[in-house]
Amino acid sequence: MKKQTYNFLQTKNIKKNSKLLFVILIIIAVIQIFPLYWLITYSLKSNAEIFGDNVIGLPRDWRWVNYKIALGEGGILRYFINSVVYSGVTLLVAGLLSSMAAYGLMRMKWKFNKLIYNIFIIGIMIPTQATLLPLFQMIDKMGVKGGYLGLMIPYIVFALPMSIMILSSFFMGLPKELEEAAYIDGCGVMRCFFQIIFPMIKPALATASIFTFMATWNELMFANTLIDRDELKTLPVGIMSFVGQYVTDWGLIGAGMVIATLPIIIIYIFLSNQVQESLVMGAVKG
Amino acid sequence: MNKLMNRKRYIFIFVMPAFLLFVVFMAVPLIMTGIYGLFDYDGIGKMSFAGIQNYINLFAKDRHFPHAMVNSLILAAASIVIQLTLAFLLAIALNKGIKGEKFFRTVYFIPVVISTTVISQLWMKIFNSDYGLLNVFLRLFKGADYNFSWLTTPSTAFMTTVVAGVWQYIGYYMLIMYAGMKSISPEYYEAAKIDGANGFQTITKITLPLLAPVIETCVLFALTGSLRSFDFVYIMTNGGPNHASDLPATLMYNNLFRRGLYGYGSAQAFFIVFECLIFTFIIKKLFKKADDNASGI
Repeated sequence: MKKQTYNFLQTKNIKKNSKLLFVILIIIAVIQIFPLYWLITYSLKSNAEIFGDNVIGLPRDWRWVNYKIALGEGGILRYFINSVVYSGVTLLVAGLLSSMAAYGLMRMKWKFNKLIYNIFIIGIMIPTQATLLPLFQMIDKMGVKGGYLGLMIPYIVFALPMSIMILSSFFMGLPKELEEAAYIDGCGVMRCFFQIIFPMIKPALATASIFTFMATWNELMFANTLIDRDELKTLPVGIMSFVGQYVTDWGLIGAGMVIATLPIIIIYIFLSNQVQESLVMGAVKG
Repeated sequence: MNKLMNRKRYIFIFVMPAFLLFVVFMAVPLIMTGIYGLFDYDGIGKMSFAGIQNYINLFAKDRHFPHAMVNSLILAAASIVIQLTLAFLLAIALNKGIKGEKFFRTVYFIPVVISTTVISQLWMKIFNSDYGLLNVFLRLFKGADYNFSWLTTPSTAFMTTVVAGVWQYIGYYMLIMYAGMKSISPEYYEAAKIDGANGFQTITKITLPLLAPVIETCVLFALTGSLRSFDFVYIMTNGGPNHASDLPATLMYNNLFRRGLYGYGSAQAFFIVFECLIFTFIIKKLFKKADDNASGI
Protein backbone atom coordinates (compact mmCIF):
# COMPACT_ATOMS: atom_id res chain seq x y z
CA MET A 1 0.00 0.00 0.00
CA LYS A 2 1.55 3.22 -1.16
CA LYS A 3 1.56 6.15 1.15
CA GLN A 4 -0.27 8.96 -0.42
CA THR A 5 -1.38 11.59 2.01
CA TYR A 6 -3.84 13.96 0.60
CA ASN A 7 -5.59 16.35 2.92
CA PHE A 8 -8.76 16.94 1.07
CA LEU A 9 -10.57 18.21 4.12
CA GLN A 10 -8.06 20.93 4.82
CA THR A 11 -9.82 23.98 6.22
CA LYS A 12 -8.91 26.67 8.70
CA ASN A 13 -10.03 24.95 11.85
CA ILE A 14 -8.53 21.66 10.79
CA LYS A 15 -6.06 21.72 13.68
CA LYS A 16 -8.81 21.71 16.28
CA ASN A 17 -10.81 19.14 14.37
CA SER A 18 -7.92 16.86 13.85
CA LYS A 19 -7.05 16.95 17.55
CA LEU A 20 -10.58 15.85 18.36
CA LEU A 21 -10.39 13.23 15.64
CA PHE A 22 -7.10 12.00 17.02
CA VAL A 23 -8.68 11.55 20.45
CA ILE A 24 -11.59 9.61 18.94
CA LEU A 25 -9.21 7.38 17.01
CA ILE A 26 -7.25 6.73 20.20
CA ILE A 27 -10.45 5.80 22.06
CA ILE A 28 -11.40 3.31 19.37
CA ALA A 29 -7.88 1.93 19.36
CA VAL A 30 -8.22 1.39 23.12
CA ILE A 31 -11.55 -0.40 22.64
CA GLN A 32 -9.92 -2.68 20.06
CA ILE A 33 -6.86 -3.36 22.15
CA PHE A 34 -8.06 -3.31 25.76
CA PRO A 35 -9.67 -6.78 25.79
CA LEU A 36 -6.34 -8.18 24.59
CA TYR A 37 -4.40 -6.25 27.21
CA TRP A 38 -6.80 -7.61 29.81
CA LEU A 39 -6.32 -11.15 28.50
CA ILE A 40 -2.53 -10.87 28.69
CA THR A 41 -2.55 -9.43 32.20
CA TYR A 42 -4.98 -11.94 33.63
CA SER A 43 -3.07 -14.79 32.01
CA LEU A 44 -0.28 -13.93 34.47
CA LYS A 45 -2.45 -13.61 37.55
CA SER A 46 -3.92 -15.93 40.10
CA ASN A 47 -7.66 -16.15 40.53
CA ALA A 48 -7.32 -14.16 43.74
CA GLU A 49 -6.05 -11.18 41.75
CA ILE A 50 -8.40 -11.57 38.77
CA PHE A 51 -11.48 -11.89 40.94
CA GLY A 52 -10.26 -9.56 43.67
CA ASP A 53 -9.26 -5.95 43.61
CA ASN A 54 -6.68 -6.08 40.83
CA VAL A 55 -8.99 -6.64 37.89
CA ILE A 56 -7.36 -4.47 35.27
CA GLY A 57 -3.93 -3.61 36.67
CA LEU A 58 -0.65 -5.29 35.84
CA PRO A 59 -0.13 -8.51 37.80
CA ARG A 60 1.42 -8.04 41.23
CA ASP A 61 2.79 -11.52 41.24
CA TRP A 62 3.68 -12.66 37.72
CA ARG A 63 2.52 -16.25 37.54
CA TRP A 64 4.55 -17.65 34.63
CA VAL A 65 3.61 -21.06 35.95
CA ASN A 66 0.24 -20.60 34.20
CA TYR A 67 2.09 -20.80 30.91
CA LYS A 68 4.05 -23.83 31.95
CA ILE A 69 0.90 -25.73 32.90
CA ALA A 70 -1.01 -24.60 29.81
CA LEU A 71 1.78 -25.72 27.48
CA GLY A 72 2.41 -29.03 29.22
CA GLU A 73 -0.47 -30.80 30.89
CA GLY A 74 -3.00 -28.36 29.40
CA GLY A 75 -2.05 -29.66 25.97
CA ILE A 76 -1.78 -26.28 24.28
CA LEU A 77 1.65 -27.05 22.87
CA ARG A 78 0.23 -30.20 21.33
CA TYR A 79 -2.69 -28.29 19.75
CA PHE A 80 -0.30 -25.60 18.58
CA ILE A 81 1.96 -28.10 16.82
CA ASN A 82 -1.10 -29.73 15.26
CA SER A 83 -2.33 -26.39 13.96
CA VAL A 84 1.10 -25.67 12.50
CA VAL A 85 1.06 -29.06 10.76
CA TYR A 86 -2.49 -28.70 9.39
CA SER A 87 -1.93 -25.14 8.22
CA GLY A 88 1.59 -25.78 6.96
CA VAL A 89 0.67 -28.78 4.83
CA THR A 90 -2.47 -27.05 3.55
CA LEU A 91 -0.40 -24.03 2.61
CA LEU A 92 2.17 -26.04 0.70
CA VAL A 93 -0.19 -28.40 -1.10
CA ALA A 94 -2.84 -25.79 -1.89
CA GLY A 95 -0.12 -23.36 -2.99
CA LEU A 96 1.43 -25.89 -5.37
CA LEU A 97 -1.87 -27.21 -6.76
CA SER A 98 -3.40 -23.81 -7.24
CA SER A 99 -0.37 -22.24 -8.89
CA MET A 100 -0.22 -25.17 -11.29
CA ALA A 101 -3.94 -24.91 -11.99
CA ALA A 102 -3.79 -21.15 -12.43
CA TYR A 103 -0.87 -21.53 -14.83
CA GLY A 104 -2.71 -24.18 -16.81
CA LEU A 105 -5.88 -22.13 -16.93
CA MET A 106 -4.27 -18.84 -17.84
CA ARG A 107 -1.45 -19.88 -20.16
CA MET A 108 -2.49 -23.05 -21.93
CA LYS A 109 -4.98 -22.85 -24.76
CA TRP A 110 -7.90 -25.16 -24.18
CA LYS A 111 -11.62 -25.33 -24.82
CA PHE A 112 -12.79 -25.58 -21.24
CA ASN A 113 -10.40 -23.09 -19.65
CA LYS A 114 -13.00 -20.46 -19.02
CA LEU A 115 -15.59 -22.95 -17.78
CA ILE A 116 -13.26 -24.61 -15.30
CA TYR A 117 -12.00 -21.26 -14.10
CA ASN A 118 -15.56 -20.11 -13.46
CA ILE A 119 -16.40 -23.31 -11.61
CA PHE A 120 -13.44 -22.72 -9.31
CA ILE A 121 -14.54 -19.13 -8.75
CA ILE A 122 -18.06 -20.19 -7.77
CA GLY A 123 -16.37 -22.30 -5.11
CA ILE A 124 -15.38 -19.13 -3.27
CA MET A 125 -19.01 -18.58 -2.41
CA ILE A 126 -19.75 -22.06 -1.10
CA PRO A 127 -20.00 -22.00 2.69
CA THR A 128 -18.45 -24.78 4.74
CA GLN A 129 -21.75 -25.95 6.16
CA ALA A 130 -23.24 -26.70 2.75
CA THR A 131 -20.79 -29.56 2.26
CA LEU A 132 -20.20 -30.59 5.85
CA LEU A 133 -22.31 -33.72 6.23
CA PRO A 134 -21.52 -35.47 2.90
CA LEU A 135 -17.86 -34.57 3.33
CA PHE A 136 -17.97 -36.04 6.83
CA GLN A 137 -19.44 -39.27 5.44
CA MET A 138 -16.96 -39.46 2.57
CA ILE A 139 -13.98 -38.94 4.79
CA ASP A 140 -15.37 -41.50 7.20
CA LYS A 141 -15.83 -44.05 4.38
CA MET A 142 -12.29 -43.42 3.16
CA GLY A 143 -11.10 -44.37 6.62
CA VAL A 144 -9.19 -41.15 7.20
CA LYS A 145 -11.69 -39.48 9.55
CA GLY A 146 -10.14 -38.46 12.82
CA GLY A 147 -6.63 -38.43 11.37
CA TYR A 148 -4.45 -35.64 10.01
CA LEU A 149 -5.37 -36.39 6.42
CA GLY A 150 -9.10 -36.30 7.10
CA LEU A 151 -8.95 -32.66 8.06
CA MET A 152 -6.26 -31.61 5.59
CA ILE A 153 -8.33 -32.69 2.59
CA PRO A 154 -11.21 -30.25 3.21
CA TYR A 155 -8.74 -27.51 4.17
CA ILE A 156 -6.79 -27.90 0.95
CA VAL A 157 -9.93 -28.10 -1.17
CA PHE A 158 -11.51 -25.03 0.39
CA ALA A 159 -8.27 -23.08 -0.05
CA LEU A 160 -8.10 -23.77 -3.79
CA PRO A 161 -10.71 -21.38 -5.26
CA MET A 162 -9.44 -18.19 -3.63
CA SER A 163 -5.84 -19.14 -4.20
CA ILE A 164 -6.47 -19.92 -7.87
CA MET A 165 -8.21 -16.59 -8.32
CA ILE A 166 -5.42 -14.56 -6.76
CA LEU A 167 -2.77 -16.40 -8.78
CA SER A 168 -4.75 -16.26 -12.03
CA SER A 169 -5.11 -12.51 -11.84
CA PHE A 170 -1.36 -12.33 -11.27
CA PHE A 171 -0.65 -14.47 -14.34
CA MET A 172 -2.80 -12.16 -16.42
CA GLY A 173 -0.49 -9.28 -15.65
CA LEU A 174 2.69 -11.28 -16.15
CA PRO A 175 4.47 -10.87 -19.51
CA LYS A 176 4.93 -14.11 -21.45
CA GLU A 177 8.29 -13.31 -23.04
CA LEU A 178 10.43 -15.00 -20.43
CA GLU A 179 8.62 -18.35 -20.64
CA GLU A 180 8.47 -18.20 -24.42
CA ALA A 181 12.19 -17.65 -24.59
CA ALA A 182 12.68 -20.61 -22.28
CA TYR A 183 10.47 -22.84 -24.38
CA ILE A 184 12.37 -21.85 -27.52
CA ASP A 185 15.57 -22.75 -25.75
CA GLY A 186 14.12 -26.22 -25.34
CA CYS A 187 13.06 -26.03 -21.70
CA GLY A 188 10.40 -28.61 -20.84
CA VAL A 189 7.06 -27.49 -19.48
CA MET A 190 7.67 -28.95 -16.04
CA ARG A 191 11.17 -27.58 -15.68
CA CYS A 192 10.09 -24.25 -17.06
CA PHE A 193 7.26 -24.05 -14.54
CA PHE A 194 9.35 -24.87 -11.52
CA GLN A 195 12.50 -22.99 -12.50
CA ILE A 196 11.12 -19.90 -14.21
CA ILE A 197 7.45 -19.43 -13.40
CA PHE A 198 7.47 -20.45 -9.76
CA PRO A 199 10.07 -17.87 -8.70
CA MET A 200 8.20 -15.16 -10.59
CA ILE A 201 4.86 -15.71 -8.91
CA LYS A 202 6.26 -15.54 -5.40
CA PRO A 203 4.49 -12.27 -4.46
CA ALA A 204 1.09 -13.59 -5.51
CA LEU A 205 1.81 -16.90 -3.85
CA ALA A 206 2.62 -15.06 -0.63
CA THR A 207 -0.68 -13.20 -0.82
CA ALA A 208 -2.60 -16.41 -1.45
CA SER A 209 -0.69 -18.24 1.28
CA ILE A 210 -1.46 -15.64 3.91
CA PHE A 211 -5.12 -15.89 3.02
CA THR A 212 -5.03 -19.69 3.17
CA PHE A 213 -3.13 -19.67 6.42
CA MET A 214 -5.56 -17.32 8.16
CA ALA A 215 -8.57 -19.31 7.02
CA THR A 216 -7.07 -22.65 8.02
CA TRP A 217 -5.54 -21.58 11.31
CA ASN A 218 -8.83 -20.20 12.60
CA GLU A 219 -11.21 -22.74 11.12
CA LEU A 220 -13.67 -24.20 13.60
CA MET A 221 -16.53 -26.13 12.01
CA PHE A 222 -14.56 -28.77 10.09
CA ALA A 223 -12.05 -29.22 12.89
CA ASN A 224 -14.84 -29.64 15.41
CA THR A 225 -16.58 -32.27 13.29
CA LEU A 226 -13.75 -34.25 11.74
CA ILE A 227 -11.35 -34.62 14.66
CA ASP A 228 -12.34 -36.46 17.80
CA ARG A 229 -9.06 -37.58 19.34
CA ASP A 230 -7.65 -35.00 21.71
CA GLU A 231 -4.06 -35.38 20.55
CA LEU A 232 -4.99 -34.41 16.98
CA LYS A 233 -7.10 -31.35 17.75
CA THR A 234 -6.30 -27.94 16.30
CA LEU A 235 -5.99 -24.83 18.44
CA PRO A 236 -9.55 -23.52 17.89
CA VAL A 237 -11.04 -26.84 19.02
CA GLY A 238 -8.31 -27.56 21.54
CA ILE A 239 -8.90 -24.22 23.25
CA MET A 240 -12.53 -25.19 23.72
CA SER A 241 -11.72 -28.44 25.47
CA PHE A 242 -8.93 -26.72 27.39
CA VAL A 243 -11.41 -24.13 28.67
CA GLY A 244 -13.83 -26.91 29.54
CA GLN A 245 -11.15 -28.69 31.51
CA TYR A 246 -9.99 -25.75 33.61
CA VAL A 247 -13.31 -23.87 33.81
CA THR A 248 -12.58 -21.83 36.88
CA ASP A 249 -8.86 -21.24 36.53
CA TRP A 250 -8.98 -18.01 34.54
CA GLY A 251 -5.27 -17.35 34.71
CA LEU A 252 -4.47 -20.71 33.19
CA ILE A 253 -7.17 -20.34 30.51
CA GLY A 254 -5.82 -16.90 29.71
CA ALA A 255 -2.30 -18.29 29.35
CA GLY A 256 -3.56 -20.92 26.92
CA MET A 257 -5.33 -18.31 24.83
CA VAL A 258 -2.29 -16.03 24.78
CA ILE A 259 -0.09 -18.88 23.59
CA ALA A 260 -2.61 -19.59 20.83
CA THR A 261 -2.75 -15.94 19.81
CA LEU A 262 0.62 -14.32 20.35
CA PRO A 263 2.55 -15.97 17.52
CA ILE A 264 -0.10 -14.87 15.06
CA ILE A 265 -0.03 -11.32 16.34
CA ILE A 266 3.77 -11.24 16.15
CA ILE A 267 3.72 -12.56 12.58
CA TYR A 268 1.03 -10.03 11.80
CA ILE A 269 2.99 -7.10 13.20
CA PHE A 270 6.06 -8.06 11.18
CA LEU A 271 4.09 -8.64 8.00
CA SER A 272 1.23 -6.24 8.65
CA ASN A 273 1.28 -4.68 5.19
CA GLN A 274 1.30 -8.01 3.41
CA VAL A 275 -1.34 -9.48 5.70
CA GLN A 276 -3.61 -6.47 5.26
CA GLU A 277 -3.06 -6.46 1.52
CA SER A 278 -3.74 -10.16 1.25
CA LEU A 279 -7.00 -10.09 3.18
CA VAL A 280 -8.21 -7.01 1.34
CA MET A 281 -7.39 -8.59 -1.98
CA GLY A 282 -9.26 -11.73 -1.01
CA ALA A 283 -12.29 -9.60 -0.23
CA VAL A 284 -12.26 -7.31 -3.22
CA LYS A 285 -11.60 -10.05 -5.72
CA GLY A 286 -14.23 -12.30 -4.17
CA MET B 1 4.15 -27.96 -33.16
CA ASN B 2 5.29 -30.81 -31.02
CA LYS B 3 5.45 -28.40 -28.10
CA LEU B 4 1.83 -27.49 -28.56
CA MET B 5 0.76 -31.11 -28.56
CA ASN B 6 2.70 -31.59 -25.40
CA ARG B 7 0.87 -28.73 -23.84
CA LYS B 8 -2.44 -30.53 -24.29
CA ARG B 9 -1.11 -33.32 -22.18
CA TYR B 10 0.28 -30.91 -19.67
CA ILE B 11 -3.07 -29.21 -19.24
CA PHE B 12 -4.24 -32.35 -17.51
CA ILE B 13 -1.18 -32.57 -15.34
CA PHE B 14 -1.51 -28.94 -14.31
CA VAL B 15 -5.24 -28.40 -13.98
CA MET B 16 -6.64 -31.82 -13.16
CA PRO B 17 -5.25 -32.43 -9.65
CA ALA B 18 -6.85 -29.26 -8.31
CA PHE B 19 -9.99 -29.72 -10.35
CA LEU B 20 -10.53 -33.34 -9.35
CA LEU B 21 -10.09 -32.53 -5.67
CA PHE B 22 -12.48 -29.64 -6.07
CA VAL B 23 -15.14 -31.72 -7.79
CA VAL B 24 -14.88 -34.72 -5.48
CA PHE B 25 -14.65 -32.88 -2.18
CA MET B 26 -16.61 -29.70 -2.81
CA ALA B 27 -18.99 -29.97 -5.77
CA VAL B 28 -20.16 -33.53 -5.05
CA PRO B 29 -20.78 -32.92 -1.33
CA LEU B 30 -22.66 -29.74 -2.21
CA ILE B 31 -24.94 -31.65 -4.58
CA MET B 32 -25.37 -34.44 -2.03
CA THR B 33 -26.47 -31.92 0.58
CA GLY B 34 -29.06 -30.70 -1.90
CA ILE B 35 -30.28 -34.26 -2.45
CA TYR B 36 -30.34 -35.16 1.25
CA GLY B 37 -32.47 -32.08 1.82
CA LEU B 38 -35.23 -33.69 -0.23
CA PHE B 39 -35.34 -36.84 1.89
CA ASP B 40 -36.22 -38.05 5.34
CA TYR B 41 -32.94 -39.55 6.39
CA ASP B 42 -31.27 -40.27 9.70
CA GLY B 43 -28.02 -41.65 8.30
CA ILE B 44 -28.72 -45.26 9.28
CA GLY B 45 -32.21 -46.19 8.14
CA LYS B 46 -33.75 -45.86 4.71
CA MET B 47 -33.99 -42.60 2.88
CA SER B 48 -37.58 -41.79 2.04
CA PHE B 49 -38.36 -39.09 -0.45
CA ALA B 50 -39.97 -36.05 1.11
CA GLY B 51 -39.90 -33.54 -1.71
CA ILE B 52 -39.85 -29.99 -0.43
CA GLN B 53 -41.53 -31.01 2.83
CA ASN B 54 -38.31 -30.34 4.76
CA TYR B 55 -38.25 -26.81 3.41
CA ILE B 56 -41.90 -26.26 4.27
CA ASN B 57 -41.25 -27.58 7.76
CA LEU B 58 -38.56 -24.94 8.29
CA PHE B 59 -41.30 -22.40 8.65
CA ALA B 60 -44.46 -24.47 9.20
CA LYS B 61 -43.28 -26.85 11.92
CA ASP B 62 -39.92 -25.78 13.31
CA ARG B 63 -40.44 -23.55 16.32
CA HIS B 64 -36.84 -22.41 16.35
CA PHE B 65 -35.87 -21.85 12.73
CA PRO B 66 -37.87 -18.66 12.05
CA HIS B 67 -36.48 -17.17 15.24
CA ALA B 68 -32.95 -18.19 14.24
CA MET B 69 -33.48 -16.55 10.89
CA VAL B 70 -34.62 -13.33 12.53
CA ASN B 71 -31.48 -13.48 14.66
CA SER B 72 -29.32 -13.79 11.56
CA LEU B 73 -31.07 -10.80 10.04
CA ILE B 74 -30.51 -8.79 13.22
CA LEU B 75 -26.85 -9.72 13.00
CA ALA B 76 -26.79 -8.67 9.35
CA ALA B 77 -28.42 -5.34 10.19
CA ALA B 78 -25.99 -4.72 13.04
CA SER B 79 -23.05 -5.59 10.81
CA ILE B 80 -24.15 -3.35 7.99
CA VAL B 81 -25.39 -0.40 10.03
CA ILE B 82 -22.92 -0.31 12.91
CA GLN B 83 -19.87 -2.09 11.56
CA LEU B 84 -19.80 -0.67 8.06
CA THR B 85 -20.67 2.87 9.14
CA LEU B 86 -17.95 2.89 11.75
CA ALA B 87 -15.53 1.30 9.33
CA PHE B 88 -16.33 3.93 6.72
CA LEU B 89 -15.82 6.81 9.14
CA LEU B 90 -12.55 5.34 10.37
CA ALA B 91 -11.35 4.82 6.81
CA ILE B 92 -12.15 8.46 5.99
CA ALA B 93 -10.33 9.64 9.09
CA LEU B 94 -7.24 7.56 8.36
CA ASN B 95 -7.29 8.52 4.73
CA LYS B 96 -6.93 12.17 5.69
CA GLY B 97 -3.32 11.43 6.43
CA ILE B 98 -3.56 11.77 10.17
CA LYS B 99 -0.55 11.29 12.40
CA GLY B 100 -0.02 7.63 13.26
CA GLU B 101 -2.03 6.44 10.28
CA LYS B 102 -0.15 3.18 10.04
CA PHE B 103 -0.33 2.61 13.80
CA PHE B 104 -4.10 2.96 13.87
CA ARG B 105 -4.52 0.80 10.81
CA THR B 106 -2.44 -1.96 12.36
CA VAL B 107 -4.16 -1.76 15.74
CA TYR B 108 -7.71 -1.76 14.38
CA PHE B 109 -6.87 -4.80 12.35
CA ILE B 110 -5.35 -6.89 15.15
CA PRO B 111 -8.65 -8.53 16.25
CA VAL B 112 -9.18 -9.74 12.69
CA VAL B 113 -6.17 -12.06 12.78
CA ILE B 114 -7.13 -13.70 16.08
CA SER B 115 -9.15 -16.91 15.93
CA THR B 116 -12.85 -16.58 16.63
CA THR B 117 -12.54 -19.23 19.32
CA VAL B 118 -10.20 -17.04 21.33
CA ILE B 119 -12.28 -13.92 20.65
CA SER B 120 -15.43 -15.75 21.75
CA GLN B 121 -13.84 -17.04 24.93
CA LEU B 122 -12.47 -13.61 25.67
CA TRP B 123 -15.88 -11.98 25.31
CA MET B 124 -17.46 -14.71 27.42
CA LYS B 125 -15.08 -13.66 30.15
CA ILE B 126 -15.93 -10.00 29.60
CA PHE B 127 -19.66 -10.77 29.89
CA ASN B 128 -19.19 -13.14 32.84
CA SER B 129 -21.70 -12.24 35.52
CA ASP B 130 -19.42 -12.56 38.55
CA TYR B 131 -15.98 -11.44 37.44
CA GLY B 132 -16.46 -10.11 33.92
CA LEU B 133 -15.03 -6.74 32.93
CA LEU B 134 -18.43 -5.37 31.99
CA ASN B 135 -20.07 -6.07 35.34
CA VAL B 136 -16.98 -4.97 37.26
CA PHE B 137 -17.30 -1.67 35.42
CA LEU B 138 -21.07 -1.42 35.86
CA ARG B 139 -20.73 -2.01 39.59
CA LEU B 140 -19.22 1.45 39.81
CA PHE B 141 -22.69 2.80 39.03
CA LYS B 142 -25.08 0.03 40.05
CA GLY B 143 -23.64 -1.07 43.37
CA ALA B 144 -21.31 -3.84 44.41
CA ASP B 145 -23.82 -6.69 44.19
CA TYR B 146 -24.72 -6.12 40.55
CA ASN B 147 -24.26 -9.36 38.65
CA PHE B 148 -26.51 -9.43 35.61
CA SER B 149 -26.01 -12.62 33.64
CA TRP B 150 -25.59 -11.41 30.05
CA LEU B 151 -24.87 -14.77 28.50
CA THR B 152 -27.73 -16.73 30.01
CA THR B 153 -30.54 -14.17 29.90
CA PRO B 154 -32.72 -14.77 26.81
CA SER B 155 -32.98 -11.08 25.93
CA THR B 156 -29.24 -10.39 26.02
CA ALA B 157 -27.57 -13.72 25.12
CA PHE B 158 -27.71 -13.13 21.39
CA MET B 159 -26.55 -9.53 21.70
CA THR B 160 -23.34 -10.65 23.40
CA THR B 161 -22.43 -12.66 20.31
CA VAL B 162 -23.31 -9.72 18.04
CA VAL B 163 -21.03 -7.43 20.04
CA ALA B 164 -18.14 -9.86 19.76
CA GLY B 165 -18.60 -10.25 16.02
CA VAL B 166 -18.96 -6.54 15.34
CA TRP B 167 -15.93 -5.80 17.49
CA GLN B 168 -13.74 -8.33 15.72
CA TYR B 169 -14.38 -7.30 12.13
CA ILE B 170 -14.61 -3.49 12.21
CA GLY B 171 -10.93 -3.33 11.31
CA TYR B 172 -11.44 -5.64 8.36
CA TYR B 173 -14.07 -3.50 6.68
CA MET B 174 -12.19 -0.35 7.63
CA LEU B 175 -9.18 -1.65 5.76
CA ILE B 176 -11.12 -2.72 2.67
CA MET B 177 -12.67 0.74 2.43
CA TYR B 178 -9.39 2.43 3.22
CA ALA B 179 -7.68 0.57 0.39
CA GLY B 180 -10.56 1.53 -1.88
CA MET B 181 -10.23 5.20 -0.96
CA LYS B 182 -6.51 5.12 -1.62
CA SER B 183 -7.21 4.07 -5.18
CA ILE B 184 -9.43 7.08 -5.86
CA SER B 185 -7.43 9.51 -7.95
CA PRO B 186 -6.48 12.70 -6.07
CA GLU B 187 -7.52 14.73 -9.10
CA TYR B 188 -11.17 14.33 -8.14
CA TYR B 189 -10.50 15.92 -4.79
CA GLU B 190 -8.48 18.70 -6.31
CA ALA B 191 -11.29 19.49 -8.71
CA ALA B 192 -13.79 19.46 -5.83
CA LYS B 193 -11.59 21.80 -3.86
CA ILE B 194 -11.35 24.22 -6.74
CA ASP B 195 -15.12 24.13 -7.04
CA GLY B 196 -15.29 25.09 -3.37
CA ALA B 197 -16.76 21.87 -2.02
CA ASN B 198 -16.58 21.46 1.75
CA GLY B 199 -15.48 18.30 3.50
CA PHE B 200 -18.97 16.85 3.83
CA GLN B 201 -19.79 17.50 0.18
CA THR B 202 -16.53 15.93 -0.89
CA ILE B 203 -17.44 12.77 1.00
CA THR B 204 -21.01 12.49 -0.26
CA LYS B 205 -20.35 13.60 -3.85
CA ILE B 206 -16.97 12.05 -4.52
CA THR B 207 -15.86 9.46 -2.00
CA LEU B 208 -19.18 7.63 -1.62
CA PRO B 209 -20.08 7.25 -5.30
CA LEU B 210 -16.56 6.28 -6.32
CA LEU B 211 -16.36 3.84 -3.44
CA ALA B 212 -19.69 2.19 -4.32
CA PRO B 213 -18.20 -1.05 -5.70
CA VAL B 214 -16.08 -1.46 -2.57
CA ILE B 215 -19.05 -0.72 -0.32
CA GLU B 216 -21.06 -3.25 -2.28
CA THR B 217 -18.40 -5.86 -1.57
CA CYS B 218 -18.46 -4.98 2.13
CA VAL B 219 -22.26 -5.16 2.31
CA LEU B 220 -22.22 -8.54 0.56
CA PHE B 221 -19.59 -9.84 2.94
CA ALA B 222 -21.33 -8.56 6.04
CA LEU B 223 -24.68 -9.88 4.89
CA THR B 224 -23.72 -13.37 3.71
CA GLY B 225 -21.27 -13.68 6.61
CA SER B 226 -24.15 -12.99 9.01
CA LEU B 227 -26.58 -15.37 7.32
CA ARG B 228 -24.14 -18.25 7.66
CA SER B 229 -22.50 -17.16 10.91
CA PHE B 230 -21.71 -20.01 13.26
CA ASP B 231 -18.62 -19.66 15.44
CA PHE B 232 -19.57 -16.96 17.94
CA VAL B 233 -22.97 -18.38 18.85
CA TYR B 234 -21.75 -21.96 18.86
CA ILE B 235 -19.00 -21.16 21.34
CA MET B 236 -20.52 -18.41 23.46
CA THR B 237 -24.09 -19.61 24.00
CA ASN B 238 -24.54 -22.70 21.81
CA GLY B 239 -27.90 -21.24 20.87
CA GLY B 240 -29.11 -21.02 24.44
CA PRO B 241 -30.82 -20.28 26.68
CA ASN B 242 -33.65 -22.34 25.22
CA HIS B 243 -32.75 -21.47 21.58
CA ALA B 244 -32.99 -17.72 22.20
CA SER B 245 -29.65 -17.05 20.51
CA ASP B 246 -29.71 -19.77 17.85
CA LEU B 247 -28.72 -18.98 14.27
CA PRO B 248 -29.65 -21.09 11.23
CA ALA B 249 -26.13 -22.52 11.11
CA THR B 250 -26.07 -23.56 14.77
CA LEU B 251 -29.52 -25.17 14.48
CA MET B 252 -28.32 -26.97 11.39
CA TYR B 253 -25.17 -28.19 13.13
CA ASN B 254 -27.06 -29.54 16.10
CA ASN B 255 -29.68 -31.17 13.89
CA LEU B 256 -26.98 -32.92 11.85
CA PHE B 257 -24.55 -33.98 14.54
CA ARG B 258 -26.54 -34.08 17.77
CA ARG B 259 -29.96 -35.22 16.65
CA GLY B 260 -29.02 -37.15 13.51
CA LEU B 261 -31.60 -35.35 11.36
CA TYR B 262 -29.56 -35.69 8.18
CA GLY B 263 -32.35 -34.86 5.78
CA TYR B 264 -33.78 -31.94 7.66
CA GLY B 265 -30.38 -30.53 8.63
CA SER B 266 -29.25 -30.70 5.00
CA ALA B 267 -32.34 -28.77 3.97
CA GLN B 268 -31.33 -26.12 6.49
CA ALA B 269 -27.81 -26.04 5.10
CA PHE B 270 -29.11 -25.66 1.58
CA PHE B 271 -31.57 -23.03 2.66
CA ILE B 272 -28.66 -20.95 3.97
CA VAL B 273 -26.96 -21.24 0.58
CA PHE B 274 -30.15 -20.17 -1.22
CA GLU B 275 -30.60 -17.30 1.17
CA CYS B 276 -27.05 -16.07 0.50
CA LEU B 277 -27.57 -16.32 -3.27
CA ILE B 278 -30.89 -14.47 -3.18
CA PHE B 279 -29.55 -11.68 -0.99
CA THR B 280 -26.44 -11.40 -3.15
CA PHE B 281 -28.67 -11.01 -6.17
CA ILE B 282 -30.80 -8.34 -4.45
CA ILE B 283 -27.79 -6.36 -3.26
CA LYS B 284 -26.21 -6.45 -6.72
CA LYS B 285 -29.47 -5.21 -8.24
CA LEU B 286 -29.79 -2.44 -5.67
CA PHE B 287 -26.27 -1.21 -6.26
CA LYS B 288 -26.71 -1.41 -9.99
CA LYS B 289 -29.88 0.65 -9.75
CA ALA B 290 -28.17 3.22 -7.56
CA ASP B 291 -25.32 3.32 -10.04
CA ASP B 292 -27.67 3.81 -12.99
CA ASN B 293 -29.50 6.58 -11.16
CA ALA B 294 -26.26 8.32 -10.32
CA SER B 295 -24.94 8.21 -13.86
CA GLY B 296 -28.31 9.38 -15.19
CA ILE B 297 -27.94 12.72 -13.45
